[in-house]
Amino acid sequence: MSKIAKAFENGKAFIGFLTGGDPTIEKSEEFIMEMVRGGADLVEIGIPFSDPIAEGEVIQEANIRALANGTTTDTIFNLVINVRKKTDIPLVFLTYLNPVFTYGLERFFARCEETGVDGIIIPDLPYEEKGELAQIAASHGIDIISLIAPTSEDRIKKIASEATGFVYVVSSMGVTGVRNEIKTDIESIVNVVKSATNVPVAVGFGISTPEQAANISQYADGVIVGSAIVKLCAKYGENAAPHIHEYIKAMKNAVRTND
Amino acid sequence: MSNGRYGIHGGQYIPEILMNEIINLEKAYEKYSKDEEFNNELDKLMKEYAGRPSLLYYAEKMTKDLGGAKIYLKREDLNHTGSHKINNVLGQVLLAKKMGKTRVIAETGAGQHGVATATVAALMGMECEIFMGKEDTDRQALNVFRMELLGAKVHPVTSGTMTLKDAVNETMREWASRVEDTHYVLGSVMGPHPFPMIVRDFQSVISKEAREQILETEGKLPNAVLACVGGGSNAMGMFYNFINDTDVKLIGCEAAGHGADTDMNAATIANGTLGIFHGMKSYFCQDEYGQIAPVYSISAGLDYPGIGPEHAHLNDIKRATYVPITDDEAVSAFEYLAKTEGIICAIESAHAVAYAKKLAPTMGKDEIIIICLSGRGDKDVAAIARYRGVEIFE
Repeated sequence: MSKIAKAFENGKAFIGFLTGGDPTIEKSEEFIMEMVRGGADLVEIGIPFSDPIAEGEVIQEANIRALANGTTTDTIFNLVINVRKKTDIPLVFLTYLNPVFTYGLERFFARCEETGVDGIIIPDLPYEEKGELAQIAASHGIDIISLIAPTSEDRIKKIASEATGFVYVVSSMGVTGVRNEIKTDIESIVNVVKSATNVPVAVGFGISTPEQAANISQYADGVIVGSAIVKLCAKYGENAAPHIHEYIKAMKNAVRTND
Repeated sequence: MSNGRYGIHGGQYIPEILMNEIINLEKAYEKYSKDEEFNNELDKLMKEYAGRPSLLYYAEKMTKDLGGAKIYLKREDLNHTGSHKINNVLGQVLLAKKMGKTRVIAETGAGQHGVATATVAALMGMECEIFMGKEDTDRQALNVFRMELLGAKVHPVTSGTMTLKDAVNETMREWASRVEDTHYVLGSVMGPHPFPMIVRDFQSVISKEAREQILETEGKLPNAVLACVGGGSNAMGMFYNFINDTDVKLIGCEAAGHGADTDMNAATIANGTLGIFHGMKSYFCQDEYGQIAPVYSISAGLDYPGIGPEHAHLNDIKRATYVPITDDEAVSAFEYLAKTEGIICAIESAHAVAYAKKLAPTMGKDEIIIICLSGRGDKDVAAIARYRGVEIFE
């Protein structure tokens, strides 16, 4: 069974994201542990990429900060090793195909297994192209998380039926970033996904407030928040830990109202 | 070829949010590329609006001066809007219109593709927004105003290296946020399938004409065909109908900036490695961790860290060769063509002229070179002046 399933065992899940190495690799370790203490059920760690085409400005800038201070795929693996000494929370990478491909697919997924990464989200890897990675990832027990978008329509069932770990439903058109209003009919998308798979369904993109989190978790098994946390890293830099803790706690409480 | 693959290259590596749109585009292209009415309409526009066929001009003075192969210039610079870009844009915007789109967006490097897109959008009554790296809006200020005159909105892109690659990123982000009424007019033979195929097909008119013209004039095929390569659209157009003529050498000229062995260049075949970026598997200038490298060329149109997947394949199977040309060589060729033939070509095209200057003297007088003169050089005059230490204002 997928190690990621554990994140969804205690009611509705809260999934937090940060870009590894922003502001420093040491601080990322501290912030991840703060997310765990704040109540996060799964942590997504971004491996920074020079050209993150699915990200809005907030995460783009975090990628630039992380790369500028010398963060690499290898320093991120070291971060995972250090985090794994302290917690067994499910950990998932978020990065683009090129850093994974260039590292060497076999080498990358072997390293994920060794260090204790449970899954990976790759925004520029659609269903049609995942064959190249799927077997290698599976042989190391790493889940490739499937994404579903508001435009997926007739593709939803096909994608969901092969999903492992969890299904990531993209709430809105466009790129990552805080939104005031989410207009997509999340409920009906989640229902179609659930008709095709028993894998948990989490919703992300644009979610930042406890109200939004409470609303979304009525339908979904989990809520994913990235830009709002990265904003705290940008605003408070090395001193972001208590702010992240408070924020995660408030969001987890909001999600819990639907348990 | 299946699934948009060229050997190991190509593919459709894009976010799920765009997949249905890309599939729709593929279906629409499949339908309309075989539709007689569509093709008649496009032919008429090519002829009456773009000014096709473009001339195949015998550069007699240049030929005599270099003392070797006969040199012909395929004059894409004489097309409406001043470059080969109009060939692809007329096709794609017409297709977008048939698909019911009311808005087009596009990236641009030098501004030639942006100008062509803004032009055709004006002609066909479409809303138009262009994304251009901030560094390029500074280098090519005249083209920015030109696009605005044509009714387009120009967005300077301030992310990353603020050049062509970042303009592509930003246009993809914009497309992902508004796909229903919007077509992305991709300007080169790159990106996810079906773009490399669509752009190549619309640009292949260059070699279709050139092949007929040279057979009519010389009664034989050329020995070598030269074109500059960034993403590679004019080169793919210039090569395509010669691919099966295996005696015709296909040579792409890459931007080597300060030198292919320096860290200031954009020579992807010389320095790139296999990667997956901007929707395609191909060669890219990148570091050991797959971070896309900041590239450099005096030419904004060649200042791109990748190359189209079909070029990568032609390189793999050794059907085409790719040579690096430095800024210095390109600028000298730009000036040489102006003084020798009275033609001011685009600095991009000057990369191909520069290689012809090296190649022609090594060939016999009975041999033939065709250079694709992909664009005109008015846009570059101020930059060339600055390169030579003269400050002029556009």
